[in-house]
Amino acid sequence: MKAFGPHRVLHGIDLAVDEHRVVALIGASGSGKSTLLRCASLLETVDDGQVLLDGEDVTDPRVDADRVRRRLGVVFQAYNLFPHLSVLDNVTLAPTVVHGRSRAEAREEAHALLSRIGLAAKAGEYPDRLSGGQQQRVAIVRALAVRPRVLLLDEITSALDPELVGEVLAVVREVAAGGMTILMATHEMGFARQVADTVAFLDGGVLLESGPPAQLLGDPRHPRTRQFLSRVIDAGRL
Amino acid sequence: MAVRRRRRTRAQLTAGTAGAGWAPSELELSRRAWRRGRARRSTLVALLSTLLFAVAAYLAVTRAPGWPRVRTTFFSWSVAVDAFPDILRGLWLNLQVLVVGGALVLVTGLLVASVRTLRGPALAPLRILATVYVDLFRGMPLIIVLYLVGFGFPALGLQGVPTSAFVLGTTAIVLVYSAYVAEVFRAGIESVHPSQRAAARSLGLTHRQTMRIVVLPQALRTVTPALLNDFVALQKDVGLISVLGAVDAVRSAQIVVGQTFNFTPYVVAGLLFVVLAVPSARLADAVTARARRRQQSGSLL
Repeated sequence: MKAFGPHRVLHGIDLAVDEHRVVALIGASGSGKSTLLRCASLLETVDDGQVLLDGEDVTDPRVDADRVRRRLGVVFQAYNLFPHLSVLDNVTLAPTVVHGRSRAEAREEAHALLSRIGLAAKAGEYPDRLSGGQQQRVAIVRALAVRPRVLLLDEITSALDPELVGEVLAVVREVAAGGMTILMATHEMGFARQVADTVAFLDGGVLLESGPPAQLLGDPRHPRTRQFLSRVIDAGRL
Repeated sequence: MAVRRRRRTRAQLTAGTAGAGWAPSELELSRRAWRRGRARRSTLVALLSTLLFAVAAYLAVTRAPGWPRVRTTFFSWSVAVDAFPDILRGLWLNLQVLVVGGALVLVTGLLVASVRTLRGPALAPLRILATVYVDLFRGMPLIIVLYLVGFGFPALGLQGVPTSAFVLGTTAIVLVYSAYVAEVFRAGIESVHPSQRAAARSLGLTHRQTMRIVVLPQALRTVTPALLNDFVALQKDVGLISVLGAVDAVRSAQIVVGQTFNFTPYVVAGLLFVVLAVPSARLADAVTARARRRQQSGSLL
């Protein structure tokens, strides 16, 4: 359970993300998708309940949150690259400072990751010289560079122009195919259908239903889910 | 100034639209001609009004009944020439206080600001101490701090407490200015968007690593104009150490005034301080303008 003041943002959430699986959170704005991800990445403290990572209760206040976050990769809606660091430094920062890898090793790995997303040539540039799509791809690489146990993606295409969404989703698709465990909040229903193993529908902070994408998106059980999906279809986003 | 700024803006506009194989249309050419005409007229008006003002001010001062006396006691060329070497030697001391004090202010201010952002119950005393320090020394007039430190510390009679006016004066100035600069730094730290901190923490960086690597570098960039402004203020306030008896530019001038009963040395010392401040003031302007341009071009995240 998570509350901001008297407002209960999340309650009764029971969600498991199995290894090498992709779980997509869908739901209207304000339904608690981002809050759920922020709780999972320990950027918010839960008011009740547990978040388990590899079987360990990471919401226990005795657990060192910094050590937990080292095993997570988070990508934000607004990219949040560090504007005063070059692309390469953004990517190598956590591997060298947090994980104590050598600069040479971190650089090599960063270059390899950047070439995979076609941005090796931009390694020396600063984030403000990149398009939104390029920045978000770098942000994904920055999260991957720490070799996380799970990748948390928070509506990572919502701030992008429609024509740039594709390039970012292509990267996520490749990462998912590589076996990464992913929990993502998204408004891209078509993408969720293709990539996710499980789609979970959040409404008013409650997990109404979850299931395989074909079932949940094609034949939802709950009337609220049906209503939400029909609105999304009306908006032309499915 | 106004005229120059306008011209620069136009240059930017032309540069912004010029491309290869593009010639301005008739319409654009006529617009430019009109703008040039306007600019010429602005220059002319500015020149005329400045001239008019200068003449009026000159007449008002020189026709004042006391002007002949003021001229000999405040603007005597011979006294100025005689006092100049002493005052310049004194100014050297001010410069030393400025450099040493300025460096110490930066370090202390940053330290105090960082302490104020610390979290955790064990650090509460430090946090409270920093807050009290800032409140105290931002509120107290510099001259009183100078008296208290300059005459109070030595009066304690403790072993090892320095008695030189240079050290005590610098200490007082550092105490006061660090409080100001700490607040500037804190404002800078708070101006860095929380999402930057969230990104850093979610990469596993600790609070201190986040501050050092992500927040402070961005905060420093934001506050540089404000810091330079404080530096300009510091440049003239170092003249106040003369109240402790340090033979700086102000004190040297005072000595000559005492000997000649002529106030010209004060004017000389004052002008020297202005000369000292002008380059930093222009630098501050330039840095501020650059920061504004960067912000306007939207390159700041």
